[in-house]
Amino acid sequence: MNPDLSIAETEKEIIEEFALFDSWDDKYEYIIDLGKRLPPLDAKYKKDENRVRGCQSTVWLVADFRDGKLFYEAESDAMIVKGLISMLIRVLSGRTPDEIIEAKLDFIREIGMTTHLAQTRSNGLLSMVKQMKHYALAYKIKDPVPSKN
Amino acid sequence: MNVSLSIPKTLDIAAIRQEFPVLNREVKERPLIYFDNAATSQKPQAVIDALVQYYSNYNANIHRGIHTLAEEATAAYEETRDTVKSFIGARSREEIIFTRGTTESINLVAYSWGRKNIQAGDEIIISNMEHHSNIVPWQLLCEEKNAVLKIIPVNDEGELLQDEYEKLLNSKTRLVSVVHASNALGTVNPVKQMIARAHAVGALFMVDGAQSAVHLDIDVQDLDCDFFALSAHKLYGPTGVGVLFGRKELLEAMPPFMGGGEMIKEVTLQKTTFNDLPYKFEAGTPNIADVIAFKAAIQFVLSLGREKIRRHEQDLMDYATTELEKIPGLRIIGKAKEKVSVISFVLENAHPQDIGILLDNRGIAVRTGHHCAQPLMDRYRIPGTARASFAVYNMRYEVDELVKGLQRVVKILA
Repeated sequence: MNPDLSIAETEKEIIEEFALFDSWDDKYEYIIDLGKRLPPLDAKYKKDENRVRGCQSTVWLVADFRDGKLFYEAESDAMIVKGLISMLIRVLSGRTPDEIIEAKLDFIREIGMTTHLAQTRSNGLLSMVKQMKHYALAYKIKDPVPSKN
Repeated sequence: MNVSLSIPKTLDIAAIRQEFPVLNREVKERPLIYFDNAATSQKPQAVIDALVQYYSNYNANIHRGIHTLAEEATAAYEETRDTVKSFIGARSREEIIFTRGTTESINLVAYSWGRKNIQAGDEIIISNMEHHSNIVPWQLLCEEKNAVLKIIPVNDEGELLQDEYEKLLNSKTRLVSVVHASNALGTVNPVKQMIARAHAVGALFMVDGAQSAVHLDIDVQDLDCDFFALSAHKLYGPTGVGVLFGRKELLEAMPPFMGGGEMIKEVTLQKTTFNDLPYKFEAGTPNIADVIAFKAAIQFVLSLGREKIRRHEQDLMDYATTELEKIPGLRIIGKAKEKVSVISFVLENAHPQDIGILLDNRGIAVRTGHHCAQPLMDRYRIPGTARASFAVYNMRYEVDELVKGLQRVVKILA
């Protein structure tokens, strides 16, 4: 994330980047590229308790709470989901729980990725957004939640 | 004198495509290429028209009404039963029960026949390539009755090991329930021979015909099966209609599956006597419109000729198999000698979901995932596959588009 930008500003930045593409192929090629560049999650975190279940692909998500801010790391076995994860991390990681809870995440719709939130895709993106918000909520009310520490 | 036959040897696929309105649409600014036929086939205009005609002209509840609309609706509904009876070669119309689909047909047998006849220690045999709908009902039954569920293993090609099947059969075997054609692999199982083996030890045999009914000639008398299940929507018909064929003596001895209207003869608060077959198993108002329209689907298939459809689909599958295997890193899962037109494959370094999304971007619909056959995916140690399945309206140029799409997937994901 860029700490100088707010969540809304980061979302706007992503929307502007996607406006440059005129075909679906190009959009997805970019998302796949983001996926390829997503740093791999340490194997020790790839366990059931960190798993966000989707029907077809698997996502592992961990959160770390430092100085009042949440930092996320995640990975998936599917490349497009990895790309989507990368964008979510760019928008949400390093924010306060309140910012994360209130994040609208309109950029997903704006860049035409709404289908990935639909039930039929069942790819875990929707579950992942929920899980990221759950972590924020949990830290906000200081509920003990497993973190990577 | 030269006599030339006017019947064409092959089908005019371009003309057939015109009968399917959905094939005119675009997906992601490209013409739709529909290769998810094993999940559900598209519907010809005649089926759509039959639905509209029913609702527009003679919508009525069936069997009890004495007014004209009820008579017309009843006649149309029962005509489908006769059509299905001939289509699968049943002895009598009483042997044809309408259900919501193959899943309900299997559950009907598991609940009605199973609860009455299965006892502790009895054995039921299924295979490793079953759809979840031919696994779970038997697991539930076996758990409830302390019966034993046995599994016929699958070889690397995707064929059932007949020797192992032979070893599983014994005097405790009560029922064998096996898929006729695998939705995930395309394998056609030699059910006729398997049925004879089951009967030799006194066991009944149920055939899951969800995938086979659209591709193969079905003759339940020739197969000598005891139960056969199929779904209309995989056979160019509407969703929400299935068929259970059962041998009359078996169905007569089975208790009702659901209680309600239609299935009764007389009800007092003390006792109910049940209606005759097939109505005993059709409680409540059935799916009248879709059953009626199913007849149009069967007529569509018969008018083209099943053999001709099969030849066309086989040609597509052979062509696709050859072309797909040229793609580096692509591996076809399921290489049985006998197959219906289903090709399941995995691509090195590509999750099936990525393949599905990227092909959808090119307007190509394939199915990805475990195909409701997780035990089978476990057998091959894969999370899932991408699956292209062909119907009569598919063409070679569409296969070419699939190949191009996959070549691009390989390039992008590399």
